[in-house]
Amino acid sequence: MVDTTPEKVENVSPAEVPEADLYHAHSFWTKYVFCQDAKVIAIQYSGTAVVIGMVGLVLSWLMRLQLGFPETFSFISPDSYLQFVTMHGMIMVIYLLTALFLGGFGNYLIPLMVGARDMVFPYVNMLSYWVYLLAVLILVASFFVPGGPTGAGWTLYPPQAILSGTPGGSGLGIILMLVSLAFFIIGFTMGGLNYVVTILQARTRGMTLMRMPLTIWGIFTATVLALLAFPALFVSAIMMTLDSVLGTSFFMPAIVEFGEQLSYGGGSPILFQHLFWFFGHPEVYIVALPAFGIVSDLLSIHARRHIFGYRMMVWAIVAIGALSFVVWAHHMYVSGMNPWFGFFFATTTLIIAVPTAIKVYNWTLTLWRGDIHLTIPMLFAIAFIITFVNGGITGLFLGNVIVDVPLSDTMFVVAHFHMVMGIAPILVVFGAIYHWFPLMTGRMLNDAMGRFHFWVTFIGAYLIYFPMHYLGFVGVPRRYWSMEDTSFIPDSAADLNAFITVAALIVGFAQLVFIYNILVSVFKGKPSERNPWKATSLEWQTETVPPGHGNFSKELPVVYRWAYSFSVPGTVDDYVPQNVHPNDVKLVSPEGK
Amino acid sequence: MTEVNVTDDRPSGMQGVIADWASDQRAFKGVPWGKAMMWIFLLSDTFIFSSFLVSYMTVRMSTPVAWPNASEVFALHMFGANIPLILIAIMTFILITSSGTMALAVNFGYRKNRKMTTLMLVLTAILGASFVGMQAFEWTKLISEGVRPWGNPFGAEQFGATFFMITGFHGAHVSIGVLFLLIVARKVWRGDYEDDTERRGYFTSHKGSYNIVEETGLYWHFVDLVWVFIFAFFYLW
Repeated sequence: MVDTTPEKVENVSPAEVPEADLYHAHSFWTKYVFCQDAKVIAIQYSGTAVVIGMVGLVLSWLMRLQLGFPETFSFISPDSYLQFVTMHGMIMVIYLLTALFLGGFGNYLIPLMVGARDMVFPYVNMLSYWVYLLAVLILVASFFVPGGPTGAGWTLYPPQAILSGTPGGSGLGIILMLVSLAFFIIGFTMGGLNYVVTILQARTRGMTLMRMPLTIWGIFTATVLALLAFPALFVSAIMMTLDSVLGTSFFMPAIVEFGEQLSYGGGSPILFQHLFWFFGHPEVYIVALPAFGIVSDLLSIHARRHIFGYRMMVWAIVAIGALSFVVWAHHMYVSGMNPWFGFFFATTTLIIAVPTAIKVYNWTLTLWRGDIHLTIPMLFAIAFIITFVNGGITGLFLGNVIVDVPLSDTMFVVAHFHMVMGIAPILVVFGAIYHWFPLMTGRMLNDAMGRFHFWVTFIGAYLIYFPMHYLGFVGVPRRYWSMEDTSFIPDSAADLNAFITVAALIVGFAQLVFIYNILVSVFKGKPSERNPWKATSLEWQTETVPPGHGNFSKELPVVYRWAYSFSVPGTVDDYVPQNVHPNDVKLVSPEGK
Repeated sequence: MTEVNVTDDRPSGMQGVIADWASDQRAFKGVPWGKAMMWIFLLSDTFIFSSFLVSYMTVRMSTPVAWPNASEVFALHMFGANIPLILIAIMTFILITSSGTMALAVNFGYRKNRKMTTLMLVLTAILGASFVGMQAFEWTKLISEGVRPWGNPFGAEQFGATFFMITGFHGAHVSIGVLFLLIVARKVWRGDYEDDTERRGYFTSHKGSYNIVEETGLYWHFVDLVWVFIFAFFYLW
């Protein structure tokens, strides 16, 4: 058994850096709108991400309505269906999940958990949010331009993305999409530099890297990935904009459209795919790694047990991050690239299963013989493990070239990536919101509504995506507006599609309960205790809840141990916060001292 | 906030690296926040320029049309003869020289020699601006000869597209650098980084420290280094 008794007083090194001068806001505008406090920026980021995420949710309903009940809704044309697919994907992956995990949770938790007063460059951090908002507004604007938003699929593959046959391809739709992405990347870089430097250079005394909560490790590694992966998307967005506006031929081969030879020639469409997936695959882990980190903390806190194999968990996060840069072309097995590449990328892809499996085992072993409290965050965390294993295993299928080729562009792929990088991280987002809501507001979320939300979301997600795997196996393609009469697809596929649609609508409406719960609880929720989950990490040890300006009181906390001292034998409370001096730990029997 | 304060004797060599990373507070001992940020930003920027250059190589291979001959296209007609690469040689020389003056500025900054720091910063900015000016001249010349992003009389149309895009992106970096150099030069001249100053403002949050000169220098040297690659890939290949 691991020895979890309080450790001896270690020599705490003196402060290396004097206190920073904080910017003190005086007016309403600088306190709540153009605010440099990371906590306010976090809430601005989260709010914007959730609002645009609701747009993405509604788009998914519209898609499902068309798929479940074709020829029923006259307002969904083939063009608008493709536009829904594209915008749903882009919004959910980038503008919701990336922004929420890094801009939202990153901003809120990094300074608090590492014991800093704020991010290191608060002004740049503020700009980061406003540039993100600008990117969202440009994205929304593309819904209102002639021709509508782009319908090229979220991967925006050329040449079709900028040809007139694709919705939004010849108009402003695709251009606004690309410009919005470029702004998103600029905004993210401003924030990302803050997160990385804060974690590396602004930790409090005693907070070593190997004492940081795994949440911080997840967010840190994801931010590094993002800073190195987004450049490829930035460059491809610039080049495709030039192809579309100036008529250059970076990605455009010689091409005939509607019997007319276009002036393009000599470009490489595959180049775009390589650039896109050099960004796109790390992007999966940009979304997944913060979720891994957060779920580790949720499991540990709500099972009152230290995280199993902390060091391995850290190294697994770092290894997954490093590997994610050498697997990108497994998205391109059918692109016509050199078949030898497939061999290489299949191998690297399958290697990722090793650190990922380490994480799953460690999560499970953390629960083993734990004092499991089935609180709502815990329910979501357990649901995450199950869902992530499901989605991960179908990933092993698709990582193999020979299995991937027939499954490419079928509903199986849709089911796979929704399970692994849609549902799984979203479950963590929900768990994290239920967990940290008391910290952010001082009030608890309603428990009954929360449990209703959990069960409908969890079971509903399986009702949606399990049948979708089957649809993929029988050959139902993705991104098709209508199947009509297709000889190799059984008629029952249509009934299954209708069933999925009903499930999707129910799950969608359950999210409205969640939103309602948040809005009501902010004002009328039950006041929470100071540390309702008895957590050890620094964000719960602040003077006031919610934490005030500057996060901590006059003195910054000093850290004496890791964040996982739960169920410590011989102590009065069953946990020891990170910043309690070993001499101050309340012991059951005085002679223990 | 940024003062170097490494009092205890830390182990040297690889053990020192491990000790630093295993320590609390800071992974890079004695490195100010701004400098850490600049290094990480430059790493990210490296990926941007790498993506640009890899794309350039890819389209150069994918296009079926012959690539224009660089030594002819970039030649200048001077003194009755076509001299290949003469303009670009001067531009490269100027930019490398500006890196030298930048390094001197950093040195003078740490010695708190305000006058010389300002002088060197302004000199660097002038050299940088003249580089951008010559680049504008080169663009004008090529445009007057009919080179466009969507086509040119010399060969593959990707030549113009990649050339304008990548040198344009680099030129934008240089221009931003020139602006930044002038801003920092003005602040150095006013004494904003002295210990006894009461002035606060953007890029002035660190009292009594000339780190910002070095951070600007990092950016400037990076832009210079990128130019070496662009020079090699566009003009010599």
